[in-house]
Amino acid sequence: MSTLTTPAGTGSATTGAGTEQGGFVSAYADRTAPAPIPFARLLKVEARKMFDTRSGTWLMASVGILAVLASVAVVLWAPDDQVTYGSFAAAVGFPMAVLLPVIAVLSVTSEWSQRNGLTTFTLVPHRGRVVAAKAVVALGVAVGGMLVAAGVGVLGNLLGSALNGTDAIWDVSMADFTAIVLANVLGVFLGFMLGAVLRSSPAALVGYLVISFVLVPLTMTLAAAQEWFADIQPWVDWNFVQSQLFEGLPTDGEYWAQLGVTTATWLLLPLAWGLWRLGRAEVK
Amino acid sequence: MIEIHELTKRYGDHLAVDHVTFSARPGRVTGFLGPNGAGKSTSLRILAGLTPATSGSASVLGRRYADLPNPGLEIGVLLDASAQHAGRTGREVLRVAAETMGLPRTRVAEMLDLVSLTDDEAGRRVRDYSLGMRQRLGLATALLGDPAVLVLDEPANGLDPAGIRWMRDLLRDHARRGGTVLLSSHLLHEIEVIADDIVVIGHGRVVAQGTKEELLHDDRTLVRAPEVGALAAALTAAGWSVERVDPADPATGLRTDASLATTGQVALAAGLALLELRAADGAGLEEMFLQLTADTQRETAA
Repeated sequence: MSTLTTPAGTGSATTGAGTEQGGFVSAYADRTAPAPIPFARLLKVEARKMFDTRSGTWLMASVGILAVLASVAVVLWAPDDQVTYGSFAAAVGFPMAVLLPVIAVLSVTSEWSQRNGLTTFTLVPHRGRVVAAKAVVALGVAVGGMLVAAGVGVLGNLLGSALNGTDAIWDVSMADFTAIVLANVLGVFLGFMLGAVLRSSPAALVGYLVISFVLVPLTMTLAAAQEWFADIQPWVDWNFVQSQLFEGLPTDGEYWAQLGVTTATWLLLPLAWGLWRLGRAEVK
Repeated sequence: MIEIHELTKRYGDHLAVDHVTFSARPGRVTGFLGPNGAGKSTSLRILAGLTPATSGSASVLGRRYADLPNPGLEIGVLLDASAQHAGRTGREVLRVAAETMGLPRTRVAEMLDLVSLTDDEAGRRVRDYSLGMRQRLGLATALLGDPAVLVLDEPANGLDPAGIRWMRDLLRDHARRGGTVLLSSHLLHEIEVIADDIVVIGHGRVVAQGTKEELLHDDRTLVRAPEVGALAAALTAAGWSVERVDPADPATGLRTDASLATTGQVALAAGLALLELRAADGAGLEEMFLQLTADTQRETAA
């Protein structure tokens, strides 16, 4: 019986009463509310979280590694007359276009699949701010990755033409490069949307592969076989519209209208819905 | 200070949390006791803003969780020690949390030291951690911002006896310095040894709450004897009420409203030997808790 009431019982009962009456000096009594967490800090934290796991480090490193491998492949195997910057840009750009959306997917879904969202969202209860920080970081990585790729392509082109003993051919304009960056930024948004809607790494990655690699030949076949679909395709098929950016920066207004319509329908609406649900979903 | 008012969470037609109201006060350790599946974790998740409530409210230091400007500095939460990115090292988990809260990196080393994770252990990835190590890492994360309020879901899970002892001292010390501690457990003993206030929950409802003294207090006497039947008859004959602690197991003895001295005298007069004679303190709480647990187990089995 005595073990139940002493010393913890009486000891803390005294302190408890003291705190309530204000006589007891509590180490926590006079605290003022801390300053809010600035958005810049969230950006730093989310950027850090992209690199601080082994898988994250390698995913990021693979952007650079694949760019180098693709350049080396062009130098070694491309016919001499095709050693142009355009070839390097295409070879380096492809792995980039595949990888960047994956990075965006994982940055969102890992909070759920790895369950560290439990800590993330208790430290920052406003999930929208966390997701916004992730979006900014993913875009930064995409643009940064593109610059790395462009740089590797430049080195490859210089090296390739030097080995061939020809002048380096620069056949990619600033407009072309801008279009490619825009295409990749849209790709990142696709990954981000899938991550926010599905909140599961495997599901979102499969969704991404289906959209990017399964859907494309299907709609191509459909467009080839059915004239009505070929007519409306530029207005309904986001992949079809986005992929044209890799061919150069379109100048006609109709193209941009098509890009706007398909992006709003297939990316922005689902993303808005996904974010709305993400704000309410249980974090377990 | 934590205040939970009429908190309710409904999943389809299942009421996981049913109008739960209680508060955890500064300077005290509040134990949240209930069988598995009683609604403890759901209540705590709602408190931490991770699960939306169907109705009712929960506040920390007078504010909704979502309105805390930098929650880690005001409330330390450990809901599930295993919920960490498996590929991060323990030290990195703390660094990310410290950076989010805006704390200096030196704080990370202090916390690792406090929870006795060695340099080598802190450098390992969380996937290679034992449950006990994860629990220590989780506690370190919760304590990182030196918050006034601590909320811990089953913190003793996976800790060895020395670790449990260490954690109890840590939490009691936190309360002694004026902090608020709310911890849950499905083990009565775990709560009994540490809590000042106890809230018992079953089937989503609060079934009892009060200070430990109030809940454990029982005027009756507990007595065990080899010949339980004869003793029960003797006490009944003397005009006292008698009740078997566990009708299925005579060795658990009897509870009677006769005093300690009277019970002894009745036994002496009847020539009966005793095995144990003491105040029935805590018996009521234990009984209620066993009943709750048995109900839950029946439901799970059915």
